[in-house]
Amino acid sequence: MDLAYTPKQRAFRAEVRAWLADNVPRTPLVSYDTREGFEQHREWERRLFDARLSMVMWPEALGGRGCDLIEWLIFEEEYYASGAPLRVNQNGQLLLGPTLMEFGTEAQKQRFLPRMAASEDMWAQGWSEPNAGSDMAAITSKAIREGDHYVLNGQKTWSTRAIYADWLFGLFRSDPASSRHHGLSFLLVPLDTPGVTIRPIRALNGKEAFAEIFFDDVRVPVENRIGDEGKGWHVAMATAGFERGLLLRSPGRFQHTARRLVALYQAHRESADRDPTIRDAVCESWMGAEAYALSAYHTVGRLAKGARIGDEASTNKIVWSELDLKMHETAMRILGARAELVAEAPEAEDGASWLEGFLFAQAGPIYAGTNEIQRNIIAERMLGLPKS
Amino acid sequence: MDFTFSDDQLAFREAVSRFLMTEAAPEMLREIWETDVGRSPDLRHKIAEQGLTALSVPESCGGLGMDDVAWSLMTQELGYYAIPDSLADTAYVAAGLIAALPERLPSREEWLRRITDGSIRIAVGHPVNPLVADAHPADLLLLAHGDEVHAVPRALADVIANPSIDCSRRLGRVVWEPNTATLVAAGEAGRALWAATLERGVLSVSGQLLGLAQRMLDLSVDYTAQRKQFGKPIGSFQAVKHHLADVATRIEFAKPVLYRAAHAVARGDADASVRVSHAKLACGEAAWLAGRHGIQVHGAMGYTWEVDLQMFMKRAWALDASWGDRGFHKARVAGFVLGDAAALGPGRTFGE
Ligand SMILES: Cc1cc2nc3c(=O)[nH]c(=O)nc-3n(C[C@H](O)[C@H](O)[C@H](O)COP(=O)(O)OP(=O)(O)OC[C@H]3O[C@@H](n4cnc5c(N)ncnc54)[C@H](O)[C@@H]3O)c2cc1C
Repeated sequence: MDLAYTPKQRAFRAEVRAWLADNVPRTPLVSYDTREGFEQHREWERRLFDARLSMVMWPEALGGRGCDLIEWLIFEEEYYASGAPLRVNQNGQLLLGPTLMEFGTEAQKQRFLPRMAASEDMWAQGWSEPNAGSDMAAITSKAIREGDHYVLNGQKTWSTRAIYADWLFGLFRSDPASSRHHGLSFLLVPLDTPGVTIRPIRALNGKEAFAEIFFDDVRVPVENRIGDEGKGWHVAMATAGFERGLLLRSPGRFQHTARRLVALYQAHRESADRDPTIRDAVCESWMGAEAYALSAYHTVGRLAKGARIGDEASTNKIVWSELDLKMHETAMRILGARAELVAEAPEAEDGASWLEGFLFAQAGPIYAGTNEIQRNIIAERMLGLPKS
Repeated sequence: MDFTFSDDQLAFREAVSRFLMTEAAPEMLREIWETDVGRSPDLRHKIAEQGLTALSVPESCGGLGMDDVAWSLMTQELGYYAIPDSLADTAYVAAGLIAALPERLPSREEWLRRITDGSIRIAVGHPVNPLVADAHPADLLLLAHGDEVHAVPRALADVIANPSIDCSRRLGRVVWEPNTATLVAAGEAGRALWAATLERGVLSVSGQLLGLAQRMLDLSVDYTAQRKQFGKPIGSFQAVKHHLADVATRIEFAKPVLYRAAHAVARGDADASVRVSHAKLACGEAAWLAGRHGIQVHGAMGYTWEVDLQMFMKRAWALDASWGDRGFHKARVAGFVLGDAAALGPGRTFGE
């Protein structure tokens, strides 16, 4: 065990910190769940890309800078600590990106990854369907092969920011006779293809944060398939664990929230201390975020030594989503009567950003596989308990 | 000893529930949200027609003279239907304060009569709340200046809107100047009025929180019985069942606490404030859990604007810190339980 950062890592941290200090917008961007905010965030992504900071651990040839995972963790710590905007294209960059790296052909990688790194293409995910939520293998949207095209029919739903996005990736049933995990293919669909209809769904905060997507004889070229026909489930799952656990929600984000929570407590110490559980919750939040970071460094170290991440990745999802919820609940308690005020309220001050975060934190235990499903996975696959 | 409600009380609750079920359906709430004032004169009119504005008003002024115990059922219904109206503020909290004013005060009877016939909206600016709910559409504001109680006509106050995450809630900062014409009580009398008003206000939101919890539980039970995944209703999965069973348990054990607190306030028990804070904490906790578990078992549906769960969830989050946040109420409980003079022995549950 050697817990000292190397000179190279320290230099990288310093470089990232300095760049962010010079470049992070002074006034927060508009929410990326709106058209205006989405474009502002895309603009920001281009600046990151121009500095070769959008996808630091991707190879240089694909728009990254070939960082290892430790450097990636460093980047993330600095990124969130600087108060930089949320990553609007991360579902593509963090979920599709690694899948393409592993299963994409050379041509597909060249075609999609650099543009993804530069956010020239914005990606939406298309897994869920009205009757395939937790039970994703119940997907019925079809992709029937006709020569060198697939013809798509069916419906996806809950696709985050799909009304603003350019492309969709997801699973479609290419073998109509198949069921469950078999006969699915992983396809990339330009959202401006004729036959695609996107209808916004308003989220808890009233914004059009996700969408349902209807496919009506939508023709998608065969070269937009990732991996083999009918092997889409395997392609989707191969990278799912690690990405959903660690990549999607890096520790830096929660450590930053925990520090903000400590500052909020300090600013309201006197009123907060009337409820002794608040003090505890603040300290537990810090410990939780710290433990998540330590787990990440440990995992990344094991990966570097050739370990594979297994079903224990499901524990990550539970930890970060419940930590996030706890931190935002605690902030609401500290803010007391002011917690309910929205940004337009003159007396909301900094409280409204906690409220927005609190609303979004409610979704954490639901998306990326609900925490109930994660607990089932932990119990059955990690602990080997009998299936019910 | 009989710690239950009378048949009349229960029948009355049932009637209120049926009335609100038709008159305050979720679609209607959403329509009212879209209006500027956020209040429906039509709904208020129907409420008055039902006699609900008259509940607390003394019989001598045309009211029904009901007490806090009856209101502890009523407020649960108001919460269950999340009515976008300040009925409880006017007809319960303000009515209680005004009824306690000296009878020689000329406006007292007029106000009580107008509460009874539903022609007045009264907002209560208790110092425990930094902002005043429903000050904007009020006709009269009861405001604090130190210990003094002022009854301020709406025209003499400015209200700066401060929107809440709960679209049914209309909060405002009230800017006003106290003067002798608005003064209705001062000194010891004023202090006592504000103290009694605090307990009523807390009871009122406690009952509403409990009603909200029950509504969220009912919505969740309905949804999980219908929604299927893996070929089964999701309500058949143990994890989902347990989430909802935990909420039911919290609700069951908050109800009697609320009723005991209401009784203590009605009777003016010495430990009323501790009972009331206990009720607020128990009802708040039930509502908070009902929201969290409710959205969880709804999956992504619960995270939408369209599905009604959000209306009740947001109201629960908003009311949780109104009329004293958790710190305020925990401090009141701790002050009693951990104090030297706490009477905690046998027979104390219902006082001696
Ligand atoms: C903010 C947000 C963004 C999203 N973005 C996307 C996106 O971009 N693309 C996309 O495809 N999807 C997206 N989703 C959808 C998400 O993947 C689903 O919500 C999730 O898979 C759960 O499915 P469901 O909502 O249908 O809930 P359901 O599957 O109906 O689950 C409802 C409840 O039942 C429980 N349950 C279900 N089955 C079991 C079981 N076997 N055992 C125990 N409990 C069970 C669940 O845990 C949950 O509590 C998003 C969701 C949210 C909230």
